[in-house]
Amino acid sequence: MKEKLTTEEIEYLAELSRLGLKADEIAKYRIEISKILNYFEELTALDTSQVKPYGGIAAANKTRADQILPPEASPSELLGNAPVTEDGFIKVKSVFQR
Amino acid sequence: MNITELSIAELLEEINSGNLSRLEVTEAYLNRIKKVEGSINSFISVAEKEARSRAQALDTSRDSAVLSGIPVGIKDLFCTRGLKTTAASKMLANFVPPYDAEAVRRLREAGAVILGKNNCDAWAHGASNENSNFGAVHNPWNLKRVPGGSSGGSAAAVAAQECAFSIGSDTGGSIRQPAGFCGVVGLKPTYGRVSRYGLIAMASSLDVVGPITKNVEDAALVLSVIAGEDPKDATSFRTPVPKYRRELDKSLKGKKIGLPREYFSLGLSKEVETIFRKAVEVFEKQGAKVIDISLPHTRYGVAVYYIIQPAEVSSNLGRYDGIKYGFEAAGAKTLIEHYFKTRDEGFGEEAKRRIMLGTYVLSSGYYDAYYLKAQKVRQLIALDFDQAFEKVDFIISPVSPTPAFKIGEKSADPLAMYLADVFTVQPSLAGLPAISLPAGFSAEKLPIGLQIIGPKLGEDIILNAAYQFEQETASCDWRQYTTEV
Repeated sequence: MKEKLTTEEIEYLAELSRLGLKADEIAKYRIEISKILNYFEELTALDTSQVKPYGGIAAANKTRADQILPPEASPSELLGNAPVTEDGFIKVKSVFQR
Repeated sequence: MNITELSIAELLEEINSGNLSRLEVTEAYLNRIKKVEGSINSFISVAEKEARSRAQALDTSRDSAVLSGIPVGIKDLFCTRGLKTTAASKMLANFVPPYDAEAVRRLREAGAVILGKNNCDAWAHGASNENSNFGAVHNPWNLKRVPGGSSGGSAAAVAAQECAFSIGSDTGGSIRQPAGFCGVVGLKPTYGRVSRYGLIAMASSLDVVGPITKNVEDAALVLSVIAGEDPKDATSFRTPVPKYRRELDKSLKGKKIGLPREYFSLGLSKEVETIFRKAVEVFEKQGAKVIDISLPHTRYGVAVYYIIQPAEVSSNLGRYDGIKYGFEAAGAKTLIEHYFKTRDEGFGEEAKRRIMLGTYVLSSGYYDAYYLKAQKVRQLIALDFDQAFEKVDFIISPVSPTPAFKIGEKSADPLAMYLADVFTVQPSLAGLPAISLPAGFSAEKLPIGLQIIGPKLGEDIILNAAYQFEQETASCDWRQYTTEV
């Protein structure tokens, strides 16, 4: 059976998701994701032209407090989780290549 | 007296009357963990030192807070300041949060003693706790079986008496289904009833925080502590929190119970159906009237859920890039290579599958056909429930189509695993409260649960119904069965 998604489409999805998949992973996900997308086809039969999207979240209370101070945390607690730090800064690779 | 057999309410009585010290209680649970953890693997980390000193401090100050001295396990998806929080993933294996989740903060304030962080499916992706980077969890009723998921560690820990209760999260069934598989009580409150602040986000329009307990009364006690408005969570309700314990004793006489006719053609195993129909009789015996109702869009629930949830997952997991916290892959030469490598190596299979699925359904050209369509069908599902609740007080259903399956049995077929969520995703999509409680056992002595669904903010209704069911079945034979460990 022809899979719904092509290898190129999976590679594109992986790129968008910033996942550096290897060739065998791409082949595997192509089969699995295609199968799952096929299952979603049953929704296309439903007429939803007169239906508004679910708005249950917006209907909840809008609670907002602009003056809330976040909980205190020391710089060492915050920086302690970063993989690479230097002089109190988080160190990253260059954004721009020279 | 076997301390680890006691419920929260019983422990509070023993502690408050001076029969037990909080330290004794914590020691009993820590010893129990040492005894059975090798077989269950329900904890990723145990905070032995911190638990002991906390219990001791509470004893010394003769603390009188509402859950004072009660030992709790916290699903490792909740930030706990100073305690490693891993989401059961390699990506956060060494992450130490600089803050407490709000639910954790409230429990600490109420005097609960945190024993450790419970194992779960990584990122809450799963229904069997086989997706953890810290090993699978084993069902205390049969060690070759799964405990369910994603809060598998939480449910197993409560069932194995490794903690008095646990806090889990539920997005499409992650509290209710493992509670069902492990023969304990699992409550998913209304979306917005409990603050999600500090819960590592899975699907932001679906995630809910709730307790897993030994019985219904305990669930009511814990909900009263963790529920309520939180300015740090803009989706949390301002509605006052009732004293849920007071609602439990009301009779069910005259109550109308909805039985959705569509639920019987969803692949129910014979055993689950038998137990479920027996449960219906229990309610009828108590004077409630069972009414046939229709939830016509039930069959679309799994598809809708597995479009919306991965979409939100793909967005929420975008933050894990190995820069400010978390795992960093070695050997990357450029920034973009760093992202690709870190995320490929740091995430497990199921996470990657869901991220890509979500990316697809949100991508340009496909958004309308998938995500928007799913949100519209979600609205239809929510309307089905609204209409049903005009006729009935609460709705009952099985929790899962089958009892706990064997470890490894379903891991090769993701779609088959997703389809088993058919009963639990329905109230999740509509934001409604639902509770899972023990209703009996299969011939192989595996627990089978019952789900009770309520209207929005109807936690008092479903807790009352669950409590009455529990009382009515208190002397049944199956209440005497014991776990394998």
